[in-house]
Amino acid sequence: MSEIRLIEVAMRFTTGRRQVQALERISLTVPDGQFACIVGPSGCGKSTLLMVAAGLTEPSEGDVLVDGKPASEPGADRGMVFQSYSLYPWLSVRRNIEFGLEIKRIPRTQRRQRSSELIHLMKLDGFAEAYPKALSGGMKQRAAIARALANDPQVLLMDEPFGALDAQTRQIMQELLTDLWQRYRKTVLFVTHDIEEAIFLGDVIYVMTNRPGRIRTTLRVDLPRPRTFEMVGSPQFAELRNQVVGIIHEESLKAVESELARA
Amino acid sequence: MSERVPATRSVTASPATARRRRRSFVSTYLTPKRGIPRRTIAILGVVGFVVIIAVWTVVAILTYNKDVPAEVQLVPRPDVVVVAWIDMVAHLGFLADVGWSTFRIVAGFALAALIAVPLGLLMGSFEIVRAFFQPPINAIRYMPASAFIPLLILLQGLGETEKLTVIWIGVFFQLVLMVMDIAHRVPTEMLNVAYTLGASRWTVFRKVFLPATFPEVVDALRITMGWAWTYLIVAELVAAQAGIGNFILIAQRYFRADRIIAAIITIGVLGLITDFLFATYHRWAFPYVEKVHG
Repeated sequence: MSEIRLIEVAMRFTTGRRQVQALERISLTVPDGQFACIVGPSGCGKSTLLMVAAGLTEPSEGDVLVDGKPASEPGADRGMVFQSYSLYPWLSVRRNIEFGLEIKRIPRTQRRQRSSELIHLMKLDGFAEAYPKALSGGMKQRAAIARALANDPQVLLMDEPFGALDAQTRQIMQELLTDLWQRYRKTVLFVTHDIEEAIFLGDVIYVMTNRPGRIRTTLRVDLPRPRTFEMVGSPQFAELRNQVVGIIHEESLKAVESELARA
Repeated sequence: MSERVPATRSVTASPATARRRRRSFVSTYLTPKRGIPRRTIAILGVVGFVVIIAVWTVVAILTYNKDVPAEVQLVPRPDVVVVAWIDMVAHLGFLADVGWSTFRIVAGFALAALIAVPLGLLMGSFEIVRAFFQPPINAIRYMPASAFIPLLILLQGLGETEKLTVIWIGVFFQLVLMVMDIAHRVPTEMLNVAYTLGASRWTVFRKVFLPATFPEVVDALRITMGWAWTYLIVAELVAAQAGIGNFILIAQRYFRADRIIAAIITIGVLGLITDFLFATYHRWAFPYVEKVHG
């Protein structure tokens, strides 16, 4: 059992004299082995929500529970993959992947075995001893995912991990990630602004509103598993996409209008 | 003639079989930020030196005063300076002066770095430390180290302590702020990843934060080392029993421009050597750093 639960999470910032409500009482539960995606217009606070889930940002109100236990501090139970600056440039790919295991003082031979396994699985063979500077963007993110998985976290939090990649690479990475999920069945909370990505990967999609961020709609994705690239062309996929695009478009317009009103 | 917008293509990379495309001088050499052939770079580097020496020689010949010997000309010829340098080393104990100056530089610089680097790292990572130290350091930074020399002579006399303090003042306040910026620029994501991998604050500091700053700190040391030479020479010009600055001052009393120039060039060469040592160390210690230039 590994579920993550956000209960009535709210977030307020004070910038100068103005108080900004970033998140407004968000509650959601990702049950064991579910792949949940959060999409929303830019600036809606979806990354903030993930930071709260990781314990890296303290919410103004509300709680985060992992398996029913409060989790207000970051820890190895919730592994995170960021969009950039993800690898430590001074460590080889292997040492990067073993970073969490080293902290846990796992013996060397065991570490090696685990990292070798993941290096192969992530198609990084031959790059184990290379420094990150030798890797392409896609390879870097694969190594970052491997590093999070090496630690065997209960929940995997991903903050637009493919956001900085080109469209072709992103596609490949999505297929790889869905295969990985099929294999490990991790509980995943995945933030993205790419609607098709969310549909392709997720069991559930939470669509957020413009600031103050709330969950406006929860959609179940009933596409069969394992997911394949061909499904992107199916009518079912198109219907879901149109639905989400419509909502996001509406919310983005609201964002523009409120900006204009302020100006 | 109309100029096409040039593609960013390496000039040397064209295959041998392809017909050589004729490019105008302007499009090859005067397109902003566009690479030029390697050979041209090397040639221009040498030509730069040749031009300087040529102009120098011409000025020396034009201003030659036949009533005084070659070595006390106001603008001595380059070959006279070379002879003067050999004479300085062989008969005037110039290498001892170089030794004194080098000792002062290394000691003063080390004392400054020893405190500036840790304090800068703390200031860059802890707001509480920065809030306390930054305002005064920022203010003192704009007070030239050389302006402190008379005061330091009153306080410390003419000994080595005074020289080291001048260098320390000149280096410390600049370096501390540079290191603070470096520490401040460490991406938060890097630290956050470590927390989500189960690292404690101390582990994050030791295993992520510190290594993330090292390469740039060495760069900052390299840059401030150059400034240290300036302050040292000023300190030695004002009052010293030995050192390159002192040597220059004495040479001036005897109208020996040749010795002054030889000493100045020596400082330049010493600077180049330290720069080279830092660069070599950087390449050896941080092979993982992505090169921004070249």
